Amino acid sequence: MDAFVLQILNGLDKGSAYALIALGLTLVFGSLGVVNFAHGAKFTLGAFCAVSFQQLLTISRKVKDESVTFFDAYKEVPYLEIWWGDTGSMIIDWAVPLSIFLAIPVMLLIGLVLERGLYQFFYKRTHAEQILVTFGLAIVIQEVIKTFYGANPIPTPAPEMLSGTAPIGVWLGLGESVAYPYWRLVYFLFSLLVIGLVFAFLRYTTFGMVVRAGMSDRETVSLLGLNVERRFTILFGIASVVAGLAGVMYTPIVPPDYHMGMEFLVLSFVVVVVGGMGSLPGAVAAGFLLGILQSFASMNEIKSVLPGLDQIIVYLIAVIVLLVRPRGLMGQKGVMEE
Amino acid sequence: MSDDFNKKRRNFLKSTAALGVAGMAPTVFVRNAWAQDFVNNPGKAAAITLGFNVPQTGPYADEGADELRAFKLAVKHLNGEGDGGMLNTMKPMALQGNGILGKKVNYVTGDTQTKSDAARASAKRMIEKDGALMISGGSSSGVAVAVQSLCHEAGVMFMAGLTHSNDTTGKDKRKYGFRHFFNAYMSGQSLAPVLGERYGTDRKAYHLTADYTWGWTQEESIKNATEGLGWQTVETVRTPLGAGDFSQYITPVLDSGADVLILNHYGKDMVNSLTQAVQFGLRDKQVNGKDFQIVVPLFSRLMAQGAGENIKGILGSTNWNWALQDAASQAFVKSFGQEYGFPPSQAAHTCYVQTLLYANAVETAGTFYPCEVISALEDFQFDGLGNGPTLYRGADHQCFKPVLVVEGNDNPSNQFDLLKVVKQVPTEQVMYDPSIFGGELGSCK
Repeated sequence: MDAFVLQILNGLDKGSAYALIALGLTLVFGSLGVVNFAHGAKFTLGAFCAVSFQQLLTISRKVKDESVTFFDAYKEVPYLEIWWGDTGSMIIDWAVPLSIFLAIPVMLLIGLVLERGLYQFFYKRTHAEQILVTFGLAIVIQEVIKTFYGANPIPTPAPEMLSGTAPIGVWLGLGESVAYPYWRLVYFLFSLLVIGLVFAFLRYTTFGMVVRAGMSDRETVSLLGLNVERRFTILFGIASVVAGLAGVMYTPIVPPDYHMGMEFLVLSFVVVVVGGMGSLPGAVAAGFLLGILQSFASMNEIKSVLPGLDQIIVYLIAVIVLLVRPRGLMGQKGVMEE
Repeated sequence: MSDDFNKKRRNFLKSTAALGVAGMAPTVFVRNAWAQDFVNNPGKAAAITLGFNVPQTGPYADEGADELRAFKLAVKHLNGEGDGGMLNTMKPMALQGNGILGKKVNYVTGDTQTKSDAARASAKRMIEKDGALMISGGSSSGVAVAVQSLCHEAGVMFMAGLTHSNDTTGKDKRKYGFRHFFNAYMSGQSLAPVLGERYGTDRKAYHLTADYTWGWTQEESIKNATEGLGWQTVETVRTPLGAGDFSQYITPVLDSGADVLILNHYGKDMVNSLTQAVQFGLRDKQVNGKDFQIVVPLFSRLMAQGAGENIKGILGSTNWNWALQDAASQAFVKSFGQEYGFPPSQAAHTCYVQTLLYANAVETAGTFYPCEVISALEDFQFDGLGNGPTLYRGADHQCFKPVLVVEGNDNPSNQFDLLKVVKQVPTEQVMYDPSIFGGELGSCK
């Protein structure tokens, strides 16, 4: 039972990242019809918003370390600590969650600039051409990040208060043996919040209503005199923000490096295909489903019978789903079915 | 008369010429051997070039950066600049602080990217384009084995940096390759008795192992050594190099019945896997009525720095530690510390020492000709390089010296005091028969 609960949690945690990235991908594909291979790079850009914010908060002064007598050693003491003592330390400690406030405007701006500056010129081109140009863009973004931040992972820890282990077993009445890292729970809850906000925004606002109508029948909505293009541009910005926030909050789980987004991108496309191209609930459901299945496939009991299943389970599911239901689990009829 | 005379004269000249050619011939054929013509022979050049091939990117980049610092310091000392570091303590010592054989030492660097193909390409460039006489570096056994093989084929010396796989001087050993660093077998032999003393002989171990030559031999060595104590091995799971998120490998440990997790990881992989193992609450667990333990067989201060609080109380082995109190270690730490503002890692130490050992062997041999340098290094016994009396065994080009068992420090006295030495295991305890790992050195060209 303990292992079962832990694998579910692990799957939800993995699924959170898949779902957030797939959600952004689907928003762009569903509204603009663009197969966006640069979406993973936006996940990376978000992570590096957190890195930049942390670096900004920890601008330091070199102070001689008197405890080292062998040679002249120096310690880096952040100005925030020099000026504000414990309050300064606390702000630095909470750098990752606080960097969300930097990431939202930055990612929105990046999204809007990219859509206006590049993507809009490729809407009427073939998917193959879109893939080529967006993949090229992803490489450019990666290399720019590499130039500024180097090629090595940069530790970006979670706040100390959230770096321990949550007694999930005690909370669920299963005993003390089931525990799970706080930050991974935070990541899962955060992803639910973001997904919930995106859905609420699309469902309960006039903007969302027009966008959804535009996604179903762009031409008719335009004929009603509504500026669908502008709304889709903003939607593209929102998709960038979602990917960026997924990256920001992921940094304490794995220290970010310049190509971290690529590792998620292929999996996220599989998630989108399994969920159904253009289906937002499908992307989210498939994200969590595949995360959980991948997690269960990594159990020793499974691996002893089917070694390596954890590495291929996602692709195996994709093959099965596409064979049985080419439109994906929740995809619209006609999409990917020819 | 005249014709007869001319005939005789011609015969005489022919015979003399033939004799002359015959007499000269052996000199022509052996001339190259005596002149010791070899790859990148510096001849009368005033300077020579060494190639330092380290990971500047990838999971072992921190070690690579420290290796490079040490190489630069070694070159400085060889050229008679700075305080001389361990040139002042090494015995026997032929170097005079005026370069090597009076030639100024230059260097070129390369980024192995912790990938064998990139490392080979980089080393090839150093040999063919930059004229490097010796290649050093590593930080991944996969890389070290690949570059060592390339150097052997090219007839260029390879002084391995950080490489811990048994294969480097075992099944993949080469005549032109030498390793000062210890290996996985020695880690197992030195660490297991301490694990037995601390955690008892009735334990169940779960291995997470980096999936390449170093991880495999590390896992095999520590598994054999702990099973020798009476421990059971519950599971051995391979993880890709640079996996980042190890949660899918750690979660199964929780329900496996194991009460010890052995992390056969290094560099950033170890930092990530250890941090995540602690985050998953492994260290707070009790299994089989015992406190759950984590072991990191190959430890380093740089990794300890990356893992922070998580390393406290965790046992491992190391080749060298900056806190050693012998004169040589202190000289090196002082020299390195003054140069860079922090103490050297074991990776830095082994690279510095390898550079000095190569230079000293050349000086002793009186030539850069690799075959003579190899002879000077084989079965060379030395002291004063921070590890006590050391033997460079001729049979496999592996150094033998005491091994340190270390533990994450609970109460560090300063920012660098992260590992404390628990035991200095004598050389005899970690010695082995060179034939156990197989392999052939090959011959000198």
